Amino acid sequence: MMSSNTASSSAAVAGSADSAAPRRNSKKPKYSRFTQQELPACKPILTPRWVISAFLLVSVVFIPIGVVSLFASRDVVEIVDRYDNDCIPDNTTDKVNYIQTPGDKSCNRNITVPKRMKQPIFVYYQLDNFYQNHRRYVKSRSDAQLRDNSSASDTSSCKPEDMYNGKIIVPCGLIAWSLFNDTYSFSRNSSQLNVNKKDISWKSDREHKFGSDVYPLNFQANGTVIGGASLNSSIPLSQQEDLIVWMRTAALPTFRKLYGKIEVDLEPNDVISVTLQNNYNTYSFNGKKKLVLSTTSWLGGKNDFLGIAYLTVGGLCFFLALVFTLVYLVKPRRLGDPSYLSWNRNPGGR
Amino acid sequence: MVLLSTSDPTGVAYVQTVNLDGESNLKTRYAKQETLLKMSEKEKVIGLIKCEKPNRNIYGFHANMEVDGRRLSLGPSNIILRGCELKNTEWGIGVAVYAGRETKAMLNNSGAPSKRSRLETHMNIEIIILSLFLVALCTVVSACALAWLLRHKNELNYLPYYRKKDLVGKDYNYYGVGLEILFTFLMSVIVFQIMIPISLYISMELVRVGQAYFMIRDTEMYDEASNSRFQCRSLNINEDLGQIKYVFSDKTGTLTENKMEFQRVSIWGVDYSGAKSQIEPVGYSVQVEGKVIKPKMNVKTDPELLQLSERRNDTKEGRHVYDFFLALAACNTIVPLVTDTSDPTVKMIDYQGESPDEQALVYAAAAYGFMLIERTSGYIVIDIQGERQRFNVLGLHEFDSDRKRMSVILGCPDKSVKVFVKGADSSMFGVIDKSLNKNILHATESHLHDYSSLGLRTLVVGMRQLSASEFEQWHSSFEEASTAVIGRAALLRKVASAVENNLCILGASAIEDKLQQGVPEAIESLRIAGIKVWVLTGDKQETAISIGYSSRLLTSKMTQIIINNNSKESCRKSLEDAIVMSKKLTTVAGVTDNTGGSSEASPTPVALIIDGTSLVYILDSELEEQLFQLASKCSVVLCCRVAPLQKAGIVALVKNRTADMTLAIGDGANDVSMIQMADVGIGISGQEGRQAVMASDFSMGQFRFLVPLLLVHGHWNYQRMGYMILYNFYRNAVMVFVLFWFVLFTAFTLTTAINEWSSMLYSIIYTSVPTIVVGILDKDLSRKTLLKYPQLYGAGQRHECYNTKLFWLTMVDTIWQSVAIFFIPLLAYWGSSIDISSLGDLWILAVVILVNLHLAIDVIRWNWTTHAAIWGSIIATFICVTVIDALPFLIGYWAIFHVAKTATFWLCLLACVIVGLIPRFVVKYLYQYYSPCDVQIAREAEKFGNLREVGDVQIEMNAILGPQRR
Repeated sequence: MMSSNTASSSAAVAGSADSAAPRRNSKKPKYSRFTQQELPACKPILTPRWVISAFLLVSVVFIPIGVVSLFASRDVVEIVDRYDNDCIPDNTTDKVNYIQTPGDKSCNRNITVPKRMKQPIFVYYQLDNFYQNHRRYVKSRSDAQLRDNSSASDTSSCKPEDMYNGKIIVPCGLIAWSLFNDTYSFSRNSSQLNVNKKDISWKSDREHKFGSDVYPLNFQANGTVIGGASLNSSIPLSQQEDLIVWMRTAALPTFRKLYGKIEVDLEPNDVISVTLQNNYNTYSFNGKKKLVLSTTSWLGGKNDFLGIAYLTVGGLCFFLALVFTLVYLVKPRRLGDPSYLSWNRNPGGR
Repeated sequence: MVLLSTSDPTGVAYVQTVNLDGESNLKTRYAKQETLLKMSEKEKVIGLIKCEKPNRNIYGFHANMEVDGRRLSLGPSNIILRGCELKNTEWGIGVAVYAGRETKAMLNNSGAPSKRSRLETHMNIEIIILSLFLVALCTVVSACALAWLLRHKNELNYLPYYRKKDLVGKDYNYYGVGLEILFTFLMSVIVFQIMIPISLYISMELVRVGQAYFMIRDTEMYDEASNSRFQCRSLNINEDLGQIKYVFSDKTGTLTENKMEFQRVSIWGVDYSGAKSQIEPVGYSVQVEGKVIKPKMNVKTDPELLQLSERRNDTKEGRHVYDFFLALAACNTIVPLVTDTSDPTVKMIDYQGESPDEQALVYAAAAYGFMLIERTSGYIVIDIQGERQRFNVLGLHEFDSDRKRMSVILGCPDKSVKVFVKGADSSMFGVIDKSLNKNILHATESHLHDYSSLGLRTLVVGMRQLSASEFEQWHSSFEEASTAVIGRAALLRKVASAVENNLCILGASAIEDKLQQGVPEAIESLRIAGIKVWVLTGDKQETAISIGYSSRLLTSKMTQIIINNNSKESCRKSLEDAIVMSKKLTTVAGVTDNTGGSSEASPTPVALIIDGTSLVYILDSELEEQLFQLASKCSVVLCCRVAPLQKAGIVALVKNRTADMTLAIGDGANDVSMIQMADVGIGISGQEGRQAVMASDFSMGQFRFLVPLLLVHGHWNYQRMGYMILYNFYRNAVMVFVLFWFVLFTAFTLTTAINEWSSMLYSIIYTSVPTIVVGILDKDLSRKTLLKYPQLYGAGQRHECYNTKLFWLTMVDTIWQSVAIFFIPLLAYWGSSIDISSLGDLWILAVVILVNLHLAIDVIRWNWTTHAAIWGSIIATFICVTVIDALPFLIGYWAIFHVAKTATFWLCLLACVIVGLIPRFVVKYLYQYYSPCDVQIAREAEKFGNLREVGDVQIEMNAILGPQRR
């Protein structure tokens, strides 16, 4: 039976919950801070003090980082020498034909060292306008084949460079096919500068991605359509470091690839003479080829961008902090001031 | 079904129409005498019934029946509708006139529409915009690809990274520029498809489940009395609860408990009500034939009055009390029903009747020792203080809305003939003999005023002794009138008014239509929250108005506009008048508001009261528009005597004409169509069956739970869902834009630097959990604050958390953030030996960290779950990226380990995140600090604890509402 509830029985209701009998069947939800959504919580509010300190903090962190990065970048000595145009004989009209015709295409370049360069000096080749990230290109490889001799026939993803005359190509695919094949040799004061080409690729790639029992097969066998370098078929892929470097496809259409390291210091005004074999065809797509000698810093190569970016952001934050402080001083608002509530601001409105 | 005959010899059938109009009391239906006689003589009845076409009006029926060449008119009291239940009547025979789909019950049934949340509907528009974005992106990519292909048309085969022809010299995977472009387009659709946040739908469902869990678990929405929790029956519209602008409420069982309680009485100018609250209700009982008969309901009694009534005729006061209670017990149409109880010696007497007021009065009379035991059409038996007395009922003038009173003429055992009249005070004072007992009249009048100001329903009782000649005169005219075929009602009315005059006032009763607990407070809160409450009831107009007063829906300051018409033309006229009037009232108020500028409640609030008959003419006609105009000016709308489908019609009226959200709340089967029509339907799981609950979207135990449901949970749900949708759009769009920017640097060939696994996991693992957790758990304001300032609910009504402007702002922010994420690493690594996988890893990490920090900035309440979700997601992303890069068969093998060793990587990451967030942070801060919304201020107040001050101002502002507050 229901007891007659009066309007003032809210207390009685609470009291009646104490009786044990209805408890058993009661569907009353159990109280817990979780179910009542009353978990202890921190309620941050963007107060002027917080915001200004946050901006100050950012500027305090960013400006030194910017300065340090900028210095690091400026410390890096970098020599860039574009040679693709200069290494074509002047009388050549059809550059593409020239580069496609077999023959000796050696070319001599002289580079002057502007500043002292501490070893190791990294030798890169830089290609411009070369879309190593082109979808057709990126897909055209077979990782299984590269890793394991037993999967040599796994070339389905390598088209159009998968088979030649019905025979499997190892390594297959466009990427391997287009392996860069200019070579450089350096000498200073007519003494040969040794270029160390060991360990220019990732150790992880050598050990796990390129098999030590996989040997090149039918690579660049088609005499008429040669994409790039050919490989010594007696050396396993895991030791073909140029290939390994090349096959780490670049993210951007302008990229560098490590060629080797010169492990002696270069002094200012040293003249380095470079003998290069200009074999690689970038002429068909207006690509540029550059030779880069660069030292390195903790930040990597020469790039002012990060330093400038950090300085800009730090400065901007400092400026914002200042502006906010000024605005706060000029026009403060008491937080939680009820007179700002919309129904208090315009009574009778809305 | 037209009744022909019933088990009752007089041809009466009692029916309950709870499924049709929600009234649980009994109604009487009559079989025509002519057919009744024939049926009882087992004769064949041959006749022809002509009736109107099937319609929805459950209170109207026009037909005639030809039997034996005589034409009998049939009215609503001669038919039993589908859905009615026969009570106290063993059988009834009738002719079905409407069947199947044409029954009034079915015509009043609107199909169950599928409901969709307003937010979701709005969201779908935005999703279409996003699709257009997607198409635009794909088109840009395709166009660029086309330009690129055309420019390099002749070189394609020489390009080492393109190689149009294979080794044999055939075209490989190249089908001409046109098809290439088509493929590019299709491919870009695939790559960018996460722009359309499919996962959002899943997240929304999960969030709603979580929200529902918390709503169900809320202890403040648990009803102790019916042991029922809040129930979410539909999971689609949680967030709509935060945007309600109109509440349509049923009265019976929703606002009220459907229990009438005899509260106070004034007899012969004396108010008896004093100590009643301390007195436990004592069950009055009588011995009849060795059995104890008890009334089913106990009424609280006033001890003084009880004493008086027991002393009977001894004193002058006693005699008045006697007459008064006799009037209460006799002057009604109640049918006493004796039922067995578990104790065989005790019988329960249950009073059934059309009017719950009468029920309450009879119960009250019984409690004071005037127990109605038996009623037939000829006499009644009343047990007066243990003594059975038989009164002959010589005549009965039923209640009608013109006279607003009813009377009964009793032949007392002492052969005297008395007429007892009971009716509304307005009508009664006109027929009371004013020359007699002026003081008593005044006293009663002042008591009546007191009662009605308390929201009690009052009735005035009077009597007169009829002399023999008077009786004779009345009797003859009564006989004549009741057998008249034409204009019987008018004639009867005339007879009645002839006898109902020069009455001697006995007293007045006050009945409380018991409101459910907390209803006035709830309505007050809803009103402050800017929600318009409309009451739609099947009750009589007077009842509806009195409930309006007691539930503080109506106040004495309000101007009432009553529309009560019987034809379309008059409806039009009164609507026009009403609009003019309401305009005048509101504009006058506006002027005073401007000049005075002081008070908030100065506009004269207008209340519209309209009845079902007028609505018949107004709904589904061109008058609808006018009604809507009028109603939107009124702060309160009361609709009485409405049929179920009219309720739905009214809801539709509002729903179709505004973009505002509507909510319907009701408990009976008659509310089903309204519940289904409204944007949100709430069923009260009360006494009136389960139909309303079954049809509803949410169900709960009490009306007052509407307040926490809307103001607290609705607000939270809306805020959470609105934020979550925007965030999901943003989150996916950032990713897409980063992919898109990269495509611009790959000769437009849809290469993705971010590997497929990460793209796939992005919306599954990397960023999904925090949105869901925040969508379920974050709350902008505490329950306390929200309940204290119902105005905060306005945020939802004004669409503050999710609107087109916010969508575009978010999109601009998205583009900026994606630019920051993409171009900082791009410029930092331009012309370096970075490989595609390393840069991809950097980008995905930057996106995930930025997206999660973006959420972290917006989280309002940090508890351990939020911390775990946000920081956990970032950590999980690092782990996933690492694991993916540890798989040797993917091209990105070990990339993360190499790139993470370089300082540039970390500096880029930091710069991306900070640069990405600065604009949002600045705008957010400036907006919150210099143009704060209510929610923001309340949050600050909550945090810095100056709520009390807010409260003070609050009370000042509502000084006028003050007295009504608790």
